[in-house]
Amino acid sequence: MAKGITLEIPAKAEYLSLVRAVVVSAAGLDPAVEDQRLEDLRLAVSEATTNAIRAHANLGSDERITIRCGLGDDRIEVEVQDRGPGFNPEKLKDTGPLNEPGRLQYEGGFGIPLMRVLADEIQINSADEGTTVQLVVYTPPST
Amino acid sequence: MMLGITQEDQGEWVVLKLSGEIDMATGPQLRQKIVQRVQDGQANLIVDLSEVDFIDSTGLGVLIGGLKRTRSHGGDLRCVGLTEPLKEMFKLTGLDTVLTKEGINPIERNQT
Repeated sequence: MAKGITLEIPAKAEYLSLVRAVVVSAAGLDPAVEDQRLEDLRLAVSEATTNAIRAHANLGSDERITIRCGLGDDRIEVEVQDRGPGFNPEKLKDTGPLNEPGRLQYEGGFGIPLMRVLADEIQINSADEGTTVQLVVYTPPST
Repeated sequence: MMLGITQEDQGEWVVLKLSGEIDMATGPQLRQKIVQRVQDGQANLIVDLSEVDFIDSTGLGVLIGGLKRTRSHGGDLRCVGLTEPLKEMFKLTGLDTVLTKEGINPIERNQT
């Protein structure tokens, strides 16, 4: 994508706030994007980056997480790439629908279901050398 | 970013007024505060979120954990003062019906 930014962060929770602020600021450069969609993106990016930080828990402290945010004609694309051990997204524990009362028995596991609700497209590619989560939010055409 | 937490005792309820963002970085602070209060025998907690402008699933997990902990000690945990982004998040996850029961601050309800 012609317009966009790349951010590399240490895998530490204190960088989450910075990632949210930078991605939302970059996405906000598209004048057509609505505030609600920026809020959706803020939360989805936070979830993806949180998972990436967790994936780095047992790696050396020098390994970094890469976040790319690109602005297209009709979309904002954000990619969060970690270098953790990877997982099989198909084998995630099914904790039921997000708003199911029985969900309360779990204190975690909201992240990926939330991203699926918030983003218009989500793709998760995971292998032994890392995981890339790609989030897409559609934007109305600029006038 | 730090999470601001101030505490005020109101009858049998303890109000934890939070400010800032609740995520993986700040959630442990809140968890520790809730655990501390329950250990001190104060298991009726109101979490005032009116100055919280962001919460993610890690933060929600802390609140769910807090709810379980307070209830297991005969108390309860209620969230009040949700800002618009938080209302949306609570609705998406169905927690609006559990953590903001009846949508009324129990202190105000007791006074009427």
